[in-house]
Amino acid sequence: MSTDLNTDLLNAECSNPVEPFLRSDRMPHIWCPGCGIGTTVNCFARALIESKIDLQSLALVSGIGCTGRVAGYVALDSFHTTHGRAIPFATGLKLANPKLNVVVYSGDGDLSAIGGNHLIHAARRNIDLKVICVNNLIYAMTGGQTAPTTPDHATTSTNPYGTFEPSFNLPHLVEAAGAVYVARWTTFHVRQLARAIGEVFQKKGFSFIEVISPCPTLYQRRNKLGDALETMKYYKAKSKVRHGAPTSEVGLSFNGEIIVGKFVDRDRPDYQALMRAQYAESLGERYVQLPYEKEAEAVCS
Amino acid sequence: MTKGRVSIVVERCKACGFCIEFCPSHVLAFSSAFNAKGYHVPHVVNPEKCSGCDLCGMYCPDFAIYGTKNANVGGEK
Amino acid sequence: MKADPRGVLTGEHFIDGDHACCEGALAAGARFAAGYPITPSTEVVERFAARVPTVGGTFIQMEDELAASITLQGAVWGGAKAFTVTSGPGFSLMMEHIGYAAMTETPCVFVDVQRGGPSTGLPTLPAQADMMQARWGSHGDYAIIALCPNSPQECFDLTIKAFNLAEEFRVPVMFMMDEVVGHMTEKVVIPPADQNEVLPRKHTKKSVEEYLPYGSNGDMVPEIAHAGEGYKFHVTGLTHDERGYPNMTPQTQDKLIRRLQNKIRAAADRIAMFEEEFLDDADVVVVSYGITSRVAQRAIDIARQQGLRVGKLRLITAWPFPEKKIRELAGKVKAFVVPELNLGQMALEVERAANGLARTFCLTHAGGGVHHPEDILKVIVEASR
Repeated sequence: MSTDLNTDLLNAECSNPVEPFLRSDRMPHIWCPGCGIGTTVNCFARALIESKIDLQSLALVSGIGCTGRVAGYVALDSFHTTHGRAIPFATGLKLANPKLNVVVYSGDGDLSAIGGNHLIHAARRNIDLKVICVNNLIYAMTGGQTAPTTPDHATTSTNPYGTFEPSFNLPHLVEAAGAVYVARWTTFHVRQLARAIGEVFQKKGFSFIEVISPCPTLYQRRNKLGDALETMKYYKAKSKVRHGAPTSEVGLSFNGEIIVGKFVDRDRPDYQALMRAQYAESLGERYVQLPYEKEAEAVCS
Repeated sequence: MTKGRVSIVVERCKACGFCIEFCPSHVLAFSSAFNAKGYHVPHVVNPEKCSGCDLCGMYCPDFAIYGTKNANVGGEK
Repeated sequence: MKADPRGVLTGEHFIDGDHACCEGALAAGARFAAGYPITPSTEVVERFAARVPTVGGTFIQMEDELAASITLQGAVWGGAKAFTVTSGPGFSLMMEHIGYAAMTETPCVFVDVQRGGPSTGLPTLPAQADMMQARWGSHGDYAIIALCPNSPQECFDLTIKAFNLAEEFRVPVMFMMDEVVGHMTEKVVIPPADQNEVLPRKHTKKSVEEYLPYGSNGDMVPEIAHAGEGYKFHVTGLTHDERGYPNMTPQTQDKLIRRLQNKIRAAADRIAMFEEEFLDDADVVVVSYGITSRVAQRAIDIARQQGLRVGKLRLITAWPFPEKKIRELAGKVKAFVVPELNLGQMALEVERAANGLARTFCLTHAGGGVHHPEDILKVIVEASR
């Protein structure tokens, strides 16, 4: 059978620069055609390459859902935990081994609904976690139920007549709770996203990057918003970069404008710095820091 | 000598179209061939325009394509 | 391995069970606790919060039990020995994560200082009504180990044992105290550090290429690695293969779940601890645990004075249930008497294990107090007829 396929550049060996970051023995992944999660993983991998971060020190924790499956595809110490509880698990990991760089990679439903309480407390405490929240505005894995981020009047499987609940403005929520870095990009903004991920690796404290992503199979299809490519074109057309915008103004609406950018970048002592300072002050010489804690402090401060 | 080249891992492609749409130099287009899953895979139609920027690679949700810069003519590899 | 002296408060102390449990944890090498305190368990972590910064470690009070029960597991994978404490309502909330610990084979300890239930129940009063929940509380098939101390001294000694069992079997261990044992003050002797046997984590010595995170390693218990050591392993609550990769097929499920069950079951004889007395000539055996066993002791002593041939079997390990011992006794005795601060939980196991060879008399109590020795004596007399 003849085709117009230009064969010169095809079937290259898998020397994709991100290949070392993937569990190639588990490819292909389960995400749908056009799903943006893979795109975010690409950006993540490229940020790792750029930042030259020591991969051995990196641990990735995710919850349950489509984005939760990221943990299973990255060639890092990775933990696929329970629904909504990636953040507290990550907190334990970080506190027990402060030398680790701990990334939480999970979805909007997982992080803001069932995981909502942990999200706000970790932000309040300023636990040193890098949270990547892939927001596809839906609970995708389980068939497209309404999430706290589903925009008004969208159709979902549990709101077959259209949603009527106000939806969360996640950047506003985490900023109010205390996050030190808050940004939003879409899967169209690949370079900015990779750069943002690189930035949070330099940042100490609770960092939150929201990535708006298509769910072509459920959210887009049910709401007649076209396929993934059309959604990406919508992101390109309707996104507006407003660095430093007040997060109260960046709420999303159905098929409306998407404000993207870096909204918050501030400095507050992180949980472990506060803890050490408090114990040092109260206990003086009686305070015992474990050797790896001292090491981590020296390296990270 | 072109500045860059594209490599495609045919069997991973799911024909989302991102790479084709967002290549700044319009290097790619859908071919009429398809892979084992039945997806039409992209191929390079304007190779001389490829800068190796790897935007296609960054967009690809399936790790099925990537761009690399060629060694500079006369420069170090 | 000897205990780290920094955590061992050697000496004679006059402390309650909660406090003794904390010291046991420290002696065992626990350097991380995440808690959402609840009466009557609160003192365990209050003491830990005061002690651990001077020993080297962390306590964090989380926002709820859902968080506490998984934060401690993150700490385990980060390299620490970790535990949490709770009571009935919190124990219920922690069930999902107890299942996660069982499925991912995360060694850790959950302390349940039982109180009257269900629901809010009797926050400051004792019960022993979480015993079945300790075994079956999370969904699915899995096995755990549960220990029941009956004194503050045992709260110290058995907490160390709990951590050791957790490490040996890579399993969450339920430490089933009750409000009376938790809040009773008695003499607790803490030996010098080098007299406390502490089991280190079963850490792999294999290379990164060779290591299989869930390879059964010959004895059904895989070797563990921690985050940050370069093993790049994956841990998931999904049914997984020896690489730790999700593999959701009936075959993988069968292999994995049976191993999780069998690693405990096969070692049941070794794990089972009980205290026995007067079993050689017994017609009737009183099976009890926790605070009830202290009351039962009095009843047994009086009964023996009265000439009744009653024996004692005190469960120190409640799960795995010592069925072999019960079955053996059932062939020789007339009856078992099982007093509990519940409406019959471990009694069901006794009856099951006895398999009709002996009768089982349940001596129930809805909780909120303890039995009177006279009540137990009455049933011993009846059972002896």
